[in-house]
Amino acid sequence: MVVDWFPLWLSLKVASIATALSLVIGLWLAYLLAHRRFRGMELLDAASALPLVLPPTVLGYYLLVLFGRQAALGRLYEWLTGSPLVFTWQAAVLAAMFHAVPLLVIFARAAFESVDRSYERAARNLGASDWRVFWRVTLPLARRSILAAAVLAFARSLGDFGITIMIAGNIPGRTQTMAVAIYDAVESGNGALARTLVVIVSVLAVLILSLANRLVARQAS
Amino acid sequence: MLELRVRKRFPARPDSAPFALDVEFRAGAGVTVLFGPSGAGKTLTLDAIAGFAVPEEGRILLDDEILFDAASGVNLAPRARHCGYVFQNYALFPHMTLRQNLAFAAERRPRLERHRKVNEMLERFHLTDAAGRRPHELSGGQKQRCSIARALIGAPRLLLLDEPARGLDAPLRGEFYGLLRQVRAEFQIPTVLVTHDLEECFELGDEMLILREGRLAQSGPPRAVAERPASVEVARLLGIFNLLPADILELNPQLNLSRLRVAGFELAGPYFPGHFRGDRVWVCVRPDQLTATARNGAPGANQTPAQLVRVVEMPHLARLEFAGEIRVELPRAEYEKQRQNKEWLVGFPQQALRVL
Repeated sequence: MVVDWFPLWLSLKVASIATALSLVIGLWLAYLLAHRRFRGMELLDAASALPLVLPPTVLGYYLLVLFGRQAALGRLYEWLTGSPLVFTWQAAVLAAMFHAVPLLVIFARAAFESVDRSYERAARNLGASDWRVFWRVTLPLARRSILAAAVLAFARSLGDFGITIMIAGNIPGRTQTMAVAIYDAVESGNGALARTLVVIVSVLAVLILSLANRLVARQAS
Repeated sequence: MLELRVRKRFPARPDSAPFALDVEFRAGAGVTVLFGPSGAGKTLTLDAIAGFAVPEEGRILLDDEILFDAASGVNLAPRARHCGYVFQNYALFPHMTLRQNLAFAAERRPRLERHRKVNEMLERFHLTDAAGRRPHELSGGQKQRCSIARALIGAPRLLLLDEPARGLDAPLRGEFYGLLRQVRAEFQIPTVLVTHDLEECFELGDEMLILREGRLAQSGPPRAVAERPASVEVARLLGIFNLLPADILELNPQLNLSRLRVAGFELAGPYFPGHFRGDRVWVCVRPDQLTATARNGAPGANQTPAQLVRVVEMPHLARLEFAGEIRVELPRAEYEKQRQNKEWLVGFPQQALRVL
C-alpha cells in the first residue's frame, strides 16, 4: 500500500495558516468582547459562536454563496489575488478558520477576563496607552491560556470536513485534506488506507490535546 | 493642590442598596486621610480622582488643571492625569521583575533618564538587592515599597494610597509610617490616603476627612476631629468614646452648669450652648477621662455605682468595662492599687462632659 502523504502535509499547512490568521481575528474579537461595552455587542457575541452550532454544510453553503465566482466577495478576492477562491487550498484555510475563530474567541475572552483588572488599571495609571496595556500586561498575563486555546484551535482546524468539501472540494493533490482523504478512501473501498489515515489523525489529536493540557496545567501552578 | 467636588449615584441592585457619593474637599501638600468604614465611598473617591470612575456631576482640579468637569465634558484619561496610585493589593505586575515594574512606569520619562531613575528609586527604597525578583518572591514590606516607588517614579503631581498598610504586621506598619513620612518630605506632593485605621490617621494625617455613606461627615486635623466629633455618628466611627443617651434636665448659662439624666442617675455638666432643656442627647466622654474608685459609702457628686463586667489588661493601661456600656481606662499603676475593689464608683468629671 502506497500512502500519499499529501493530505497530511496539506492539512498541517492549512491548519497552521488558519490558526495564525484566526489568532489575529480571534484575539481582537475576544478583547473587544471582554473589555468594551458597545452597541451590538450581544449580536457580535452570538455571531462569533454561531459556527459552533451551525452544521458545517450550512456554513459551507453560505461561503459558497458569498465567495462564489459570481458573488461580490468572490470577485473581490479574484481581483485581489488573480485567482478564484473556491476549490483551492486557500478555501480550505477559510473553512478551517470558521472552526478556529469561535474557539479562540471563547477561550481568549475567558483568559482576558480572568486577568485581574487592577493590573490593567495600574498600567493605565502609569501612563500606558491601551495598546501598550494589551501587549505588555493583558496578553502576557493571559498568554498560557491563549497558547492552549491556539493549540486547540489548531487541532480543530485539522479536522474540518463539511465546510472544506463544500468550498474546497476533493481534488487529490490540490485540495484533498486528511478528513476528506479518509472519506474518499472509505468511499472507494480502500479500507487499509482509511485505517492508516485514521490512526495518524487520532495519534496527532491525542498529542495535541496533551500539549494543550500541559500548557493549562502549567498556568494553574 | 487638589480640589474636588463629585457626585455619583448608584441605583439599588438586587445585591446592594442604592449608594450616592457626594463629596467636596481640597487637599494641599501633606497627607489628607480619608477615614471611614467599608462602603463609605473612600476607594470610589480615589477612583474618581484617578479617572477609573466617572462622576455624574462636579469637577476635579489638580494644580489648576482640569482633570474632570461634568459641565464642560472634560474627562482626562487615567494615563493623562499623572496621579500616582498605590492600589489596595499593590497590583505589581506578576510577570515582571521588580526592576521591570519600575521600568514600565519610567517609560513616560525621557529615554536617557529612565535607567538612572530606576536605579535611583531602587536605592532610595532599599530595593536594589531584590531588583531581579518577581513580586511573588518579595516580602510584604518589599512589595509595598516597590508599589510606592513605582507610583512615584513617573513624577506624579499627586499620590493616592488605598489602605496601604492593610495586612501588614506591627513592625512593618512602623516601617511604613517612616517610609511615608520620608516620601512626604522628599516629594512634597499632595497625598490622599484611604484607611479605616485610626492609628494611621494620627501617625500620618495632616488633615482628616471622615467619610460616611458617601458623604463627608467631618474634616479637620486628626486631633481636632478626635477631640471634638461633630456628631454621634462620627463619634461612633472613631470608636474611642463612651456614648450614653441622656436628657437635659437643666441648663444654666450664668453658672456654666447643666444637669443631665443618664440611664438612672444624674450628672452635672458644663453649660451646653445650642441645646435646650428637655433635649434628648448623647453624652460623649473618653474612657480615660472617667474615674473608677472603690465604693465606700454613698456616691459623691457626679459618681454612680457601677457593676464591673470585664477587665482588659494591656501593658500600659487597664480597660474596665461596666454594665451600661461604660468603659473606663486606668493607667496600669492606678489599676494595680484598685484591683481588689469589690464594688465600684464611676466618676464623670464635670468639665470633661460633652453632648452631641
